[in-house]
Amino acid sequence: MAASGQRSLIGRLPGLGRRAPRRREPLPWLKPGIFLGGLVPLAWLIIRAGTGALTANPIAQLENELGLTALIFLLAALACSPARRLLGWTWPMRVRRELGLFAFFYAALHFLAYLVLDQFFDWGAIGADIAQRPFILVGVLALLLMVPLAITSTNGWVRRLGYRRWQRIHQVVYLAGALAAVHFIWRVKLDVSQPLTYAAIFAGLLALRLALWLRKRYAGPAARR
Amino acid sequence: MRDLPPEPPSSEITPEGLYLSRREYIKNGVYALGTAALLGGSLVWLAGQGPPPDPPPAEPLPANRVAFTANRTFDTDEPLTSEHSITTYNNYYEFGLDKDDPARNAHTLQTRPWTITVEGEVARPRTIDVDTLLSWFPLEERVYRMRCVEAWSMVIPWLGFPLADLIQRLEPTGNAKFVELTTLLDPEQMPGQRSRILRWPYVEGLRLDEALHPLTLLAVGLYGKVLPNQNGAPLRLVVPWKYGFKGVKSIVKLRFTATQPETTWALAAPREYGFYANVNPAVDHPRWSQATERRIGDFQRRKTLPFNGYADAVASLYSGMDLRKNF
Repeated sequence: MAASGQRSLIGRLPGLGRRAPRRREPLPWLKPGIFLGGLVPLAWLIIRAGTGALTANPIAQLENELGLTALIFLLAALACSPARRLLGWTWPMRVRRELGLFAFFYAALHFLAYLVLDQFFDWGAIGADIAQRPFILVGVLALLLMVPLAITSTNGWVRRLGYRRWQRIHQVVYLAGALAAVHFIWRVKLDVSQPLTYAAIFAGLLALRLALWLRKRYAGPAARR
Repeated sequence: MRDLPPEPPSSEITPEGLYLSRREYIKNGVYALGTAALLGGSLVWLAGQGPPPDPPPAEPLPANRVAFTANRTFDTDEPLTSEHSITTYNNYYEFGLDKDDPARNAHTLQTRPWTITVEGEVARPRTIDVDTLLSWFPLEERVYRMRCVEAWSMVIPWLGFPLADLIQRLEPTGNAKFVELTTLLDPEQMPGQRSRILRWPYVEGLRLDEALHPLTLLAVGLYGKVLPNQNGAPLRLVVPWKYGFKGVKSIVKLRFTATQPETTWALAAPREYGFYANVNPAVDHPRWSQATERRIGDFQRRKTLPFNGYADAVASLYSGMDLRKNF
């Protein structure tokens, strides 16, 4: 059918091209809104870098802000499923993939800033950094763990792997999150209150997930008793 | 009723579906932009920072002090770091932890009246008004490299006088082996002291021979003007072959001691910061490399030099010492 062909094409642009109010996706504005908002930190960095407003040491500032933005997106993505199960909200699950991909996007930019701007492809120094400095090693590991997750984030890969297996693979995100939190704590010179706050949020999300999993596992038999 | 224009033909009536979808577009657009603003705003608030402040303009020197001499013996001819960078990119935790916090917050510091107490192993312990103390010495301009332990560096035109001149005038006793210098303790003026992040007041120290070295400076100005508060007004230490944290700011006390002073950073993290803190590319900070540094304003990193490039002048102070142990 011509109509359905058109629908599927336009339907890829979330929120746009919804012709009839019938059978519409709920909150069609949500994904484009998150998409635009997710680009704001990058735009803000570019504007400040262009106007010399990124402190006297712009490269260090750029690295710090890109890394922190990546961590915030990662925590936001991890909060989606607890939000659904505890609060009954369904909308976070619809943007979880988008949040996770933004986390990967900013983590990759963070690494690129280190590679290109900070070290300028000095592979010797980078190799020594990774080998000798645990905080850089865990950061690199966190990013590497996120690569397969970003690749297999599409619907096609969910189908190919089967939802169960896909889900198990994507639990690696918790390891990446833990490494990212440690990376942040070890990097800070003295005041670890900010990285510890993010680490605590991460630990809280992990504990919630664990509690929900235990309840699901043991609630069944307990209810039958 | 006849004068009424004819109704538009039914073919011109917007179909209900389209009419609704136009409203839908607008509504969705507004909601999407609202979401974007909310998310973007939160992210910038959490992870981003505003541009650094314009520091308050530095005061010119008093008329009787303008004629400073230039002692070029130790000057570097490298390009100067801009005054804006020197006065907005500071580590001065008494006024906040971010680099631009001191420029924002240090206006609460009252630098006059100001006294400096001299005590310990010294002929005559006493308290000296800072202006009296300054009247004793001619000011010199010294262009020094400054290497921060965080692996960035600057080139700064200081105004000051050698610490040696002051020490000689104060006549330490034969027992004096070290000098300890202390920052003001006043959480009212220094709001950062309300957090227990370091043990306040900030204390630094030098071996007496280091303190007497002609490179060691007490600075009261930079770029030919009065030292801005965020840079350690009214009086700060500058030891160019050591990491920047040795340069204790806003000094209120000099104490001569027979034993090595307990210094702030060495107390806070003894594994990471030593008493000597000589710039040394061969001894890394446990968590980052000290082999290279970024000169503020430069794109590429440069190699860090032993003793920050002052090895010819100061290496002999440490002959026979294991600098890996005494970092």
